[in-house]
Amino acid sequence: MSAISRGDDAVLKRERLSDHNELIAFNDAVLPHMDAAYNLARWLTRNDHDAEDVVQEASLRAFKYWAGLSHRDSRSWLLAIVRNTFYTWLRQRSPDAPHLSDGELDDVDTKTPNPETAALREADREMLKSALEDLPIEFREAIVLREMEGLSYKEIADIANVPVGTVMSRLARARRRLQAILMHQGVRR
Amino acid sequence: MTCKETQNLLDAYADGELDWSSELAIESHLQGCPPCSRVFASLKLLVSALQRGTLRFNAPQHLKSLVLSGIERANPVVRHSFADWRWVAFAASIVVIAALSGLLATRVANPSVETQLLGDIVSSHVRSMMADHLTDVSSSDTHNVKPWFADKLDYSPPARDLSLQGFPLLGGRIDYLQDRPVAALVYQRNRHLINLFVWPANESTQKSRLVLRGYNLIHWEKSGMTYWLISDLNPEELTQCARLLKE
Repeated sequence: MSAISRGDDAVLKRERLSDHNELIAFNDAVLPHMDAAYNLARWLTRNDHDAEDVVQEASLRAFKYWAGLSHRDSRSWLLAIVRNTFYTWLRQRSPDAPHLSDGELDDVDTKTPNPETAALREADREMLKSALEDLPIEFREAIVLREMEGLSYKEIADIANVPVGTVMSRLARARRRLQAILMHQGVRR
Repeated sequence: MTCKETQNLLDAYADGELDWSSELAIESHLQGCPPCSRVFASLKLLVSALQRGTLRFNAPQHLKSLVLSGIERANPVVRHSFADWRWVAFAASIVVIAALSGLLATRVANPSVETQLLGDIVSSHVRSMMADHLTDVSSSDTHNVKPWFADKLDYSPPARDLSLQGFPLLGGRIDYLQDRPVAALVYQRNRHLINLFVWPANESTQKSRLVLRGYNLIHWEKSGMTYWLISDLNPEELTQCARLLKE
């Protein structure tokens, strides 16, 4: 009995040591991307409190699946987890919420705005922010990952789990929408 | 290439995601087509406004510690290590380590113990940057920091402020290295934190500078004390800091 518990102790000690190292490695590789994770969560949830919840939950998941990450891009990996966590959170929160598909978005007026417009020049941060917040989620995440995180179409496709062509069309349509909204607001001003 | 075809590919063109032949085709179309050029200019304006950085949300300061304590609660096995972290908690990148006795010096002579010590120094440094509070005694005034240590250790680590030289002293804390309390002094250089660990010892590792897990470490001995300086600061400035501390 005592031999067994001594063995357990040794195992526990080793586990603690390796967990400790895991934790340090996790901190080194993942925590530097906390700003990117929070930025994405904040744009998806559109408020501070929910964004923090999503990042916390995502970090727990990240730590759980952490092993063997070293050969991968930890930022993209973390962003993918943040995104998935967000969608889970969204479904739990409002199970009946309709999932906006690309097809439904086709109805939206995405005509190229008159390039002569000066609306964009006038676009200050607040206008741009509210225009971005009004975009459908799929468009918003594509814009955040591309413009703020500087990710490639391929990287975004991996994170959002869609073909590269879909990323391309989402980005293009998102930008047309933003231009249309900004032009509209600019005219109203 | 028609205007419609061009405009369909304009976003991918702006993002540098096209193959070179499409890229060339669009380039030459844009040169000869003012309307498409204007559409492109408008797109570039939007993209640069989005990329300007003013739209980014940065994680609040407390989020990292919330994340860490969340992991701790969910993973009881790692609680042990986190508890240690808390205990030593404070943020820093310059640390002076002070060890207590000749016993440690003997252990340092053993290579595997030395490796372990180096690992512990880096870990302490990383922990100190992630934890919630920066220092146990937070002051740039040497006359506050020294007596604080004197109450808690049986030796007095040299606590010098280097504000004038560009390395302000943020404060100190007691850290645990290899199961014994050591003095840790925290300095700052721009946005980099530096930990200086100090303890009395007569002999120690031969290596005087090394890079471990991306951190720069500098080690020296003086008047019976062992010093370890660690930071993510570049080697040149860290060396300058070490030189000032040795004076």
